[in-house]
Amino acid sequence: MNTIETIKERYQQLQSNNGSSALTPIEQNAFNSFNTLGVPTVKHEEWKYTRISSVFNKEYAFNPENLSSNITQKDLDAIRFPGYEGANELVFVNGMYSSQLSIIRSENLTVISLEEATKNEYRELVLQHLGHSGKYIKDGLNALNTAFAAEGVFIHVKKGNIVEHPVYIYNIVDAKTNNILSQPRTLIYLAQNAQVIFAETYATIGKSESFINQVTEIVVEQDALLEYYRIQNDASHANQVNTTHIRQIGKSLVNTVTVSLDGGIVRNNLNIAMEAEHSESHFYGLYFLKGNTHVDNHTVVDNVKPHCESNELYKGVVDDSSTAVFNGKIFVQKDAQKTNAYQSNKNLLLSNDASVNTKPQLEIFADDVKCSHGCTVGQLDEEAFFYLRSRGVSEKAAKSLLIHAFAVDILEHIKPEKVRAYVDQLIAERLGVELD
Amino acid sequence: MLSIKNLQARIEEKQILKGINLDIKAGEVHAIMGPNGSGKSTLASVLAGRPEYEVTDGSVEFLGKDLLELSPEERAGEGIFLAFQYPVEIPGLTTTNFIKTAVNEVRKYRGQEPYDAVQFLKLMREKMAMVEINQSLLSRSLNEGFSGGEKKRNEIFQMAMLEPKLAILDETDSGLDIDAIRIVANGVNKLRSKDNAVLVVTHYQRLLDYIVPDFVHVLYNGRIVKSGTKELALELEERGYDFIKNEVGQEA
Repeated sequence: MNTIETIKERYQQLQSNNGSSALTPIEQNAFNSFNTLGVPTVKHEEWKYTRISSVFNKEYAFNPENLSSNITQKDLDAIRFPGYEGANELVFVNGMYSSQLSIIRSENLTVISLEEATKNEYRELVLQHLGHSGKYIKDGLNALNTAFAAEGVFIHVKKGNIVEHPVYIYNIVDAKTNNILSQPRTLIYLAQNAQVIFAETYATIGKSESFINQVTEIVVEQDALLEYYRIQNDASHANQVNTTHIRQIGKSLVNTVTVSLDGGIVRNNLNIAMEAEHSESHFYGLYFLKGNTHVDNHTVVDNVKPHCESNELYKGVVDDSSTAVFNGKIFVQKDAQKTNAYQSNKNLLLSNDASVNTKPQLEIFADDVKCSHGCTVGQLDEEAFFYLRSRGVSEKAAKSLLIHAFAVDILEHIKPEKVRAYVDQLIAERLGVELD
Repeated sequence: MLSIKNLQARIEEKQILKGINLDIKAGEVHAIMGPNGSGKSTLASVLAGRPEYEVTDGSVEFLGKDLLELSPEERAGEGIFLAFQYPVEIPGLTTTNFIKTAVNEVRKYRGQEPYDAVQFLKLMREKMAMVEINQSLLSRSLNEGFSGGEKKRNEIFQMAMLEPKLAILDETDSGLDIDAIRIVANGVNKLRSKDNAVLVVTHYQRLLDYIVPDFVHVLYNGRIVKSGTKELALELEERGYDFIKNEVGQEA
């Protein structure tokens, strides 16, 4: 059975088993959209450089409820971030939240299923915000995830609360026997004055292929602070499309860093909708690619209200036969006067077989704004390379030092010390150097 | 220590060095002077192994080894140090991290154990004091936003850390005021010993007031056309390079 049929069958089954709920209309709409839109091909303008349909068209199993039990503590230990002993840990297995493997240490952090959330005081929040990413990401994959939204998770941070323990999210795929399609879905709500740090990563166990189609929607209320770090370092037979859709609906601050080191085809959609005056967002990305890895970062900053500031810097080191795609859009709507929006994408191309496609875009409908964008694709600076070598540093070490120097202004935005050390270590291993 | 014979080199299609002969012994300070475009910096670059230059003829022997066969990092390992005319800025790499890597790579080349953190710090403190450089400068990205004087002082600091046998100073005085020149020269003088040598490449005589050479050579049009003692530098200062050009012209 091909994957589309598998999906349809499971959808029908779930709908008839579970009966109608508050989320049913959202799921049905999305399912219809998926049927109409299908999986995007390279003819889709936003998917021009990322051939996702060829990966999707393989046969995948999609029955996470039957497959989630084989993950052991040992599997989990292998991917934990340092400092996990003092962290909230949310574990998703094949896209399904596992309360058994997860640990919630912070009392001000609520983690429940989206279905459950519609049955209590969170009902209005969920119905208001769930699926908002579909307004920005108009393709079949976003719709496909939403068609199964009831299986997702709702995370709530209470008003005025600082979540002292970071929230670590692990997405584990058990691909020991089958190719696996998984669809993690999360809606996160930071109430007024809430603060929380997320760090997320992925691991595919087994040699079969994995396709993660993830949607994370985040709502940030007034005076809230969100930090979100995503580290992608999965196997080369693990592919993923993930959408992170952040709405700043009150004056707030958002910091995100996306680090992509390994994987098959990886597509990151990051949307930031700045819907409240005087909001600020900083988003950084580092992709450091080898082999045949393909990483596509599509970012959208939508300035809806005036006096907002956004800084975007994505840097890439592209080696072997790897490919990087960067597409950064900044919209400044008519009312969003006094917007400051900066965007930059810089690439180091280390091999003749590697390629970079970069496309910055500005669409400005207001007349009193400061916006800038720019992109560069270059090689290691020959003069710097000679300088280091003339001081006795070997070619390999000189290259490593220069690559690390290039990446460091992204890495320094990873503020939690332990997550930073974790990423530093991965980069050092990649570069074949020892850290101090 | 260093023996250059009939060295000829070009960059792209342009022949710049047209047959250099020079011998430097341990303990000596040699100055290479000459008008702009005479090939001074090319000579310094070729000795350090800058890849853009192609050696077309001649030989360079350094401590018994064929220098031209060695990569830039091997030359550093053997004890060559080139202080750059324009030190490179590298955002994201601190001088401390860089020089630690360099010192340990050179030690590895020389068959010595790498320094651990404590030994390295001790060495660094000692050399910092010697060349009068500040810790805060070394904790910053390499040369980024440094003044001309700070960059050159950083070069001398690195030289002190690497303890070369032959230090080549390429126009180290360019762009420096007299105070900065004095500090840099003091650093160099403290590093001089009977076992190492210095090759000073400069357009002006003033640096040689502070780093006093044993020999002065005038480079013109890719050849050494005149050699002498430090008095030659003073004569050049007084009479300008035109008298050299005239002399050479008459001989030709």
